Amino acid sequence: MKFQQIDQFAAHLRPSTRAAVYDGSKKGHEKRTQVLFDHYPDPDRLRQLAGEIKQHVIENLDTYLPAIEAKLKANGVIVHWAATAEAANEAVLAIMRARNATRMVKAKTMVSEETELAHFLEKNGVECMETDLGEFIVQIDHDHPSHIVKPIIHKNRRDIATSFEKNGLGAYNDDPQTITRRARDFLRKKYLVADVALTGANFLVAESGRLVLVTNEGNSRFCLAATRCHIAMVGIEKILPRDRDLGLLLNLLGRSGTGQQLTVYTEFITGPRAPAQPDGPDEMHVILVDNGRTDVLASDCRDILRCIRCGACLNVCPVYRQASGHAYRSVYPGPVGAVLSPLLMGKDFPEKADLPKASSLCGACNEVCPVDIPIPDLLLRLREKGKREHSAAAAAGTPPMGAWSLLASQPTAWKAALLGGRIINYLPTKMLPIPALRAWEGKRSLPAWRGGEFRHWLKGRARSPGAPPPTSGGQSPRPS
Amino acid sequence: MSNDRETILTRVRDALAPLKERAPLPDWDTELAIMRRLVPAHEPWVLFCERLVAVNGLPLDSAAALAAWLREHQHLHGYCDPALWPRLAAHFGEGFTVETEYDRARVDDYQFGITAAAGAVAETGTLILDDRATTRRLAALTPWVHIAVLSRAAIFADLQQAVAAMGDDPNIIWCTGPSKTADVEGILIEGVHGPGIQIALLLG
Ligand code: SF4
Repeated sequence: MKFQQIDQFAAHLRPSTRAAVYDGSKKGHEKRTQVLFDHYPDPDRLRQLAGEIKQHVIENLDTYLPAIEAKLKANGVIVHWAATAEAANEAVLAIMRARNATRMVKAKTMVSEETELAHFLEKNGVECMETDLGEFIVQIDHDHPSHIVKPIIHKNRRDIATSFEKNGLGAYNDDPQTITRRARDFLRKKYLVADVALTGANFLVAESGRLVLVTNEGNSRFCLAATRCHIAMVGIEKILPRDRDLGLLLNLLGRSGTGQQLTVYTEFITGPRAPAQPDGPDEMHVILVDNGRTDVLASDCRDILRCIRCGACLNVCPVYRQASGHAYRSVYPGPVGAVLSPLLMGKDFPEKADLPKASSLCGACNEVCPVDIPIPDLLLRLREKGKREHSAAAAAGTPPMGAWSLLASQPTAWKAALLGGRIINYLPTKMLPIPALRAWEGKRSLPAWRGGEFRHWLKGRARSPGAPPPTSGGQSPRPS
Repeated sequence: MSNDRETILTRVRDALAPLKERAPLPDWDTELAIMRRLVPAHEPWVLFCERLVAVNGLPLDSAAALAAWLREHQHLHGYCDPALWPRLAAHFGEGFTVETEYDRARVDDYQFGITAAAGAVAETGTLILDDRATTRRLAALTPWVHIAVLSRAAIFADLQQAVAAMGDDPNIIWCTGPSKTADVEGILIEGVHGPGIQIALLLG
């Protein structure tokens, strides 16, 4: 039997990485709880409402999508549709080519991670600069983000100082302030010469066509102050019905993600800059991206499309804290990723069918989720799907049950096995017959095997008056 | 691309077709998402000051106080919105170089930038900027110190009111404290890409 891939990965994690991820995620979670419950009398009601609003949107995307398209166009925005990652990337490249543009500054967007946009553009001769500090560090390290809100939660300051030095950003210095200043100086030159800015969207409001972007660093604001063309890549599930719904969702997003009442910069964009404003884009594009979302919509796990990518479920998850984000082999790690990542694989679902098992089903993810997604329920549905589709990945780590079911259906064999099992007490760990047991014994001690003793005791026990007589023979055996 | 449009919409319709019912859109009471413990405990400017300080911003209530603060911190070269400068100039005096034209080729010359705020939110300590009020997006962003000039009448008590009042300006930005990150080991560092110091100046 093989271990699950996530366990294999976690077993080889550097201790410093594990510590960084554990501390970072724990801190994030504690702040969230404090802020949310401090500020509102009934935060759970807010989470339910937000969940209902987003559920309404995803179950009515057939009307919301044409509506948002019409609104955006009326606001002077050019709308594109991309069914696949390739189509989304090609759309970006086509816009760049039409402008003879070769330099892009990019804010953090998860959908562009899905499409591997930066990589695609670089291959096509476009410089694509990540401007979020964490994403920038990931980019110069040729690494991948390991958290959807804190991309470099797995790195410590020494790792970062080393890669800054390697990349010509000054002599080794691991002071976080110095690291940040160096990135500031380096990146402002990039913004000011870039032709095009690429962002995602946290929300897209159907009523007004408002595209909402939140950052703490101000990088997306700089992107939209320095360049002349704005491209937003947006997953089709990002829609909110009304402006007023922002008053709910923004409050929940900041608090759930980073424990802030509001993210520092919240930008509401309805189109190219105002005529009298000298800075900012005079051309704006929105690319509505599917890339597997309609498959999720068609599944019985469509609730996951409510997700607003706040990262709270990662921070609270005991599996994420131990395994770190890279263990999930996906753009989306943690509980949200355990549901979303396999589903976004479409036909190739079986390859990642092990992820829904990377959970103890403790339910903490559901409790913190600002849109109240029943993640544990969805994980169970996906476990079943993995079984139905005979995924080898899903089967890894599951002890073979064939022998057990044989024994369990033959009373005599069962009784014999109960007694014969005592041999386990004398076997060295290495020779234990079941791999899962061997692994378990590696870290802990099994209690002594006492097979049959309960039955023995039950039989010998004097019956109290009035108790029903024991049924004789033929009853299905139970483990004793 | 128009093909992709049809593909996506067809898939969406097919995915939703088996649903017997669609989730309704709930109405919700904005009161639920207001920090009532704070609002309206005080007069809006007073509450705004308290909340701005809580996010590491600095409220000031006179041009003289601003000039004194800038001098004390040796921020002597900056940009000011030409419409605001006549109201401030008298307090600045010797030693200051204040430009009323912003030159993007010299972004690092400006230690401070003074622009007009479109409003503020008391509940959260948020300054509201938009394309009409802000002379230049860059001038409010690139200097180390950003000063947003605010009038008392433009302060909303809570965030729900600010949302309801969002007009048709193509670009509205809420700034809640200075630019910041905690990407490196969760340690808070201010002044990442935008200002390291956010000041709100009450004028009128
Ligand atoms: S599933 Fe919920 S908690 Fe997790 S990232 Fe999405 S919105 Fe946040």
